[in-house]
Amino acid sequence: MNQLQNFTKGFFKENAVFTLLLGMCPTLGVTSSAINGLGMGLATTFVLIMSNIVVSLVKDLIPDKVRIPAFIVIIASFVTVVELLMQAYLPALFESLGLFIPLIVVNCVVLGRAEAFASKNNFVSSLIDGAGMGLGFAMALTMLGAVREFFGSGKMFDMVIFPEQYGMLVFVLAPGAFIALGYLIALIDKLKKA
Amino acid sequence: MEYVLIFISAIFVNNIVLAQFLGICPFLGVSKKISTGIGMTGAVTFVMVIATIVTYLVQKFVLDAFDIGYLQTITFILVIASLVQLVEIILKKVSPPLYQALGVFLPLITTNCAILGVAIMTIQKDLNLLEAVAFSAANAIGFGLALIVFAGIREQLELVDLPKGMKGTPIALLVAGILALAFMGFAGMV
Repeated sequence: MNQLQNFTKGFFKENAVFTLLLGMCPTLGVTSSAINGLGMGLATTFVLIMSNIVVSLVKDLIPDKVRIPAFIVIIASFVTVVELLMQAYLPALFESLGLFIPLIVVNCVVLGRAEAFASKNNFVSSLIDGAGMGLGFAMALTMLGAVREFFGSGKMFDMVIFPEQYGMLVFVLAPGAFIALGYLIALIDKLKKA
Repeated sequence: MEYVLIFISAIFVNNIVLAQFLGICPFLGVSKKISTGIGMTGAVTFVMVIATIVTYLVQKFVLDAFDIGYLQTITFILVIASLVQLVEIILKKVSPPLYQALGVFLPLITTNCAILGVAIMTIQKDLNLLEAVAFSAANAIGFGLALIVFAGIREQLELVDLPKGMKGTPIALLVAGILALAFMGFAGMV
């Protein structure tokens, strides 16, 4: 597989959210607006790239039996870094993402890539894999956030498209997350087969 | 009364799966049959209550005492991961039938965000130890209720004639959405 394919597979063919159904909790939990989805996606991308790099560099030093706990510690360190940086520089986003930032640790996408890819591949391909997978995840979250924001409150990235009172409030609330994601997955499945 | 409120609020009003989106992976992953749903609920309840107690004590007597609260995420996930291992080993030795029933679900629980989520929420809400136990048990029951109801619906769904594109995950998510709508009826009760 060449590096370009390695990068692009995360967007469509092996998209974490739409195809592999990984990382569902943040996908549903924070996507009440496109901005939140994008912020969460980029935070996860950062953690994914950094943990992939470090795991690929130290993979020969870690005994096989304790590799999962070791990966978790590596991931948790970068999550803490993101948490502190966001708290300092993006307090509004930090506030609205809330509990889901520390929960990046248990996002199966991150641990999944460390185990399935970075522990078997070299530094460069792990970095590209992390970037591709992370941006694919960010794209999915932004799409879902945009759809929910549009139908729910008539806005897109905070720009008013139609007046808010015509919006379907349910899309911004919890049930709308499930329903919007269900239809998006069906749609993307269809597009992929066509 | 206070404890009754904790239970009602965690099970119905702020259901951990359907209102707060924690523990979605097992919710979608092991909900094809009611029996596996019950097994998963048992394992989650067991680990969630123990993990909340242990992380609570760690927070109070280690992190707060030495003023190293920024290590919360790392510490908690390590505590939970080792706790799951420990529970697995002890169960295997002490109660083989229980291990038989819950064993396959235990490794999955480390990456169940409901466990870490409840542990962190307990600290954020500033509960005392007894309230923390009630809170974690109530959330575990809420998780179980959502999972088992959902599994029951999905069992029936197997027999339904659906449009081709909606089979599998999409229809499961739509059903979860409708279930969440139903749970929204409890909003404002507490």
